[in-house]
Amino acid sequence: MATYKTSEFKKGLKVQIDGEPYIMIEMNFRKPGKGAALYECRLRNLIRNTIASKTYRGGETLESADVEEIAAQYLYRQADTFVFMDNKTFEQYELSAEQVGDDWKYLKEGLPISMVLYNNNPIAISPPNHVELLVTECEPGAKGDTATNVTKPAKVETGGEFAVPIFIKEGNVIRIDTRTGSYIERVNN
Amino acid sequence: MTGFQQDDFLPTASLEMLRLRASLLERLRAFFSRHEFLEVETPLLSADTVIDRHLDPLSVTLFEDPRISEVGRQMWLQTSPEFAMKRLLAAGAERIYQVTRAFRGAERGAHHNPEFTMVEWYRVGDSMETGMALLSELAGEMLATDRVSQISYREAFLRHVGIDPHAASASELEAAATNLGIAIPSDMPCGDRDEWLNLLLATLVEPKLGVAAPEILYDYPASQAALAQVRNDNPPVAERFELYVNGVELANGYHELLDPSVLRERNQRTNLLRQADGKLPLRGDSRLLEAMEHGLPSCVGVALGFDRLVMVAAGANCLSKVMAFPIDRA
Repeated sequence: MATYKTSEFKKGLKVQIDGEPYIMIEMNFRKPGKGAALYECRLRNLIRNTIASKTYRGGETLESADVEEIAAQYLYRQADTFVFMDNKTFEQYELSAEQVGDDWKYLKEGLPISMVLYNNNPIAISPPNHVELLVTECEPGAKGDTATNVTKPAKVETGGEFAVPIFIKEGNVIRIDTRTGSYIERVNN
Repeated sequence: MTGFQQDDFLPTASLEMLRLRASLLERLRAFFSRHEFLEVETPLLSADTVIDRHLDPLSVTLFEDPRISEVGRQMWLQTSPEFAMKRLLAAGAERIYQVTRAFRGAERGAHHNPEFTMVEWYRVGDSMETGMALLSELAGEMLATDRVSQISYREAFLRHVGIDPHAASASELEAAATNLGIAIPSDMPCGDRDEWLNLLLATLVEPKLGVAAPEILYDYPASQAALAQVRNDNPPVAERFELYVNGVELANGYHELLDPSVLRERNQRTNLLRQADGKLPLRGDSRLLEAMEHGLPSCVGVALGFDRLVMVAAGANCLSKVMAFPIDRA
């Protein structure tokens, strides 16, 4: 099984600790003045959904988790269940709202995502880095205001809300960075 | 899965941020010009490198035959311009600064990039106090505040950890870390006081430094002197200081060590620690030692991470917001 060195640690890495798969949800590299490098990790247990905090020193390694990643797409939501389809086999998979987490804001019909399977059960998804979403509701901005550092909330087609510049109008399509949840730009339309 | 990379050619910092960066650099140069410092340039590639337990320099092979590019003299990309600038002091320069690039391997995170911009300056005749005063003045001017506070390493540990860093044993430091609920790495070298101090500093002390106003931490443990002089107090302390803003370390200064025999001893000790950590020892002989044999005037030197300064001035939370192309896009 592959191993990851501390220098390869990053958000999204799937690792095996004490026989269970975890995903790194935060990785903070810390190095005081002349001190040793510390890799402070927050890890989500992919089966039990619990969060663990662990700190590693440079040079340590972690095993990669025994998980499979497949290309899938989002189909629809039914109450608290999100339904996805494997692009190759057309097999459908269900994830709970808890498993999807904050990523529900990006899920529009047909969105290509990558899905993690552990023992053939879906346990997590990751959306593309950038997602284009239609603005369905937002306050009109002051006319001629083109400033980009002043923001207002805008609701998009998925029901999610994002901070956008004042000049964004209903009907605009905006590009969002899913890694940070921040607005990147308006897509010409 | 990396199939979604888009817009990878774009800078990660906005043009507005790059304008702020340029204006801070202009103000910084004006500051040093007003204080009659000479701006100098020294090589990025050098035969010498600093020997530090936790600094890992990157090397380059200076090949003669381009067809056998892996054969040649090993040169080091500078982790700071310290050696070369001290050689200028030994040659008679009295107030010098430079804005340069520094390189450090295996340092990557929100506040680290393997290549970064460093401002470094030296002033002959400074004591640690006057060196700290100059740093305070610069920080105040760049960050638009007239308040820069100071706290000793001992006082900071007493306040934030509740332990005397100069008196506590390794096991007392370990017990403090355990009691205060720090996530302790599994391979901490148990009997090593400095490693425990660094862990406590990083997790409990640093986040509290420079929160109300920029803050200078000074009088480090003698065992962490690096290239600073040790003052024979009881206990002896290293005349070393660091500037923090909102828990982010911005600068590191020394009342510089002048005695080459002390540097030789420290180099040997550091190389043993590097080997114990599984790293290669580094060559101790250097032109800096030659310059120190010749005679280095008493001075204070400070290195400041310019990218971090911009980050803090802009209220940003990571370097990628203030660097056009961090390592992932370099």
